[in-house]
Amino acid sequence: MMDTDLASLYRDIIIDHNKSPRNFRELPPPREEAEGYNPLCGDRLTIYLHMDGERIREVSFQGSGCAISVASASLMTEALNGKTRSEAEAMIRKIRALLTGDEQGPDPATLDKLGALAGVRAYPSRVKCATLAWHTLHTALEGMHRSDTE
Amino acid sequence: MAVNPDRLKLPQFDARRIRRDFPALAQKIHGHQLVYLDNAATTQKPNPVIDALTDYYRSYNANVHRGVHTLSELATERYEAARHNLAQFIGASQPEEIIFLRGATEAINLVAASWGLANIGAGDEILLTELEHHSNIVPWQLLAERVGARVVVAPIDQQGNVAPETFSRALSERTRLVGIAQVSNALGTVNPITEMIRSAHAAGARVLIDGAQAVGHMPVDVRELDCDFYALSGHKMYAPMGIGALYAKKDLLERMPPWQGGGDMIRAVNFTRSLYADPPQRFEAGTPNVAGAIGLAAAIAYLKTLGMEAVATHEKILLDYALERLVMVPGLRLIGTPRKRAGVISFWVEGLHPHDLGTLLDHAGVAIRTGHHCAMPVMDHFQVPATARASFGVYNTQEDVHALIAALNQAREVFGG
Repeated sequence: MMDTDLASLYRDIIIDHNKSPRNFRELPPPREEAEGYNPLCGDRLTIYLHMDGERIREVSFQGSGCAISVASASLMTEALNGKTRSEAEAMIRKIRALLTGDEQGPDPATLDKLGALAGVRAYPSRVKCATLAWHTLHTALEGMHRSDTE
Repeated sequence: MAVNPDRLKLPQFDARRIRRDFPALAQKIHGHQLVYLDNAATTQKPNPVIDALTDYYRSYNANVHRGVHTLSELATERYEAARHNLAQFIGASQPEEIIFLRGATEAINLVAASWGLANIGAGDEILLTELEHHSNIVPWQLLAERVGARVVVAPIDQQGNVAPETFSRALSERTRLVGIAQVSNALGTVNPITEMIRSAHAAGARVLIDGAQAVGHMPVDVRELDCDFYALSGHKMYAPMGIGALYAKKDLLERMPPWQGGGDMIRAVNFTRSLYADPPQRFEAGTPNVAGAIGLAAAIAYLKTLGMEAVATHEKILLDYALERLVMVPGLRLIGTPRKRAGVISFWVEGLHPHDLGTLLDHAGVAIRTGHHCAMPVMDHFQVPATARASFGVYNTQEDVHALIAALNQAREVFGG
């Protein structure tokens, strides 16, 4: 039904995480949190963090957006539970490089499930959808509260 | 509502033939014939418009109102003829009531910066409707902040109509200007502007009509409407981008101060003081978009061969046909169900964000708009972050509607709907 281009954007894993987002809930305070907003399409996500010192004990999110932004956030929370702050920051840099098609970017095959996001590269207008959760996580880790993609 | 089959057979309107005049429509997108349903954002251009542009640049490109050489005289003649054609097309009493500008946005900004600054003061009110495009909101907010005036909003109801009573109640003795879209770009609502203009005038206010979504889709007669200002964009009526116009009643224009200074808008300049030209030149500082104006005239000539009544009927039939079929798509919710609607339909499909829908439809060759349509207050009203929007033009057919429906159903399958 889908052509190959489209199938590489909407992989089963993206469709699945959009339909049943993981860690889709608010964490009780005390917590770190940040809101991300993409004014172009109205996508709005809040990322919640419980930190154990330098380690992410739990990360969750809530909000609304397109399948790409919701699946990206959902996959992110799965990948980052238990990671340290610097591991998370390294992952944020890696995913940004992946999504912006940076030649120095990682090989999607090395990224496990997150590699599914690579299909977005062929859709410049959708890259911001995929990066929103990651920008917002960065903002939350920095102890700031708001992140706009514009 | 059922479509009368006799009306579908209108011999003079053949959208399939019209389609062939638009070269961009002949292409395939992702292997599918392009179905262009983003006409409220911009329309495609017919061959006569493209030819008019090339002809100008190939054979008589010259600056206007300046030279005595042959090319300059020819360019000036065609530019002024375009002004004449547009005036006649929208029912202005004379060409001097037409100011050529970049588009409707610039036209509204001109009114705010010139007439607005001279006539709106502290405590005055500017009345807008809730369904205005950002271009008919922000210029007034900027002016209001500057002079201490207040922007008042006439709300829309649950269907997306501005009720005449609600509108009248929002008028006050402090209302100096009323800004109304003739057709909502986000919902397709056709406002009852004749009545609204009458009640605004009765309250002593001037009226600006944002006609960006109306001209090119229905007959427009500014004199019959009796509006004071009318803003339009060429690119939404099959003309090039970067050309549009403001219509204003002559007695208002004559008393309005310039809004931009430069060449072509003066009678004489010295360092003590400059004398300004009469309208329309007073408001056209700098070299204008000559090619654009000539292209606009070609678009008007093209529309006239189709007939604006016939264009409006065609789009109305197509709209009713599309509405009838869209509501049968499972999970589809119409955003806005106005009493009177032009060829614009906003919708939301359960479980399918408009942005995903836009990408999925594009892969079926169907171009629609997704987003907030520069009408965030309308999105807030219906409590959606964005909508998907299909909008029609002269070249759209029932087959285009079928392609849209088929693509919507396919998209639902992809997302497990």
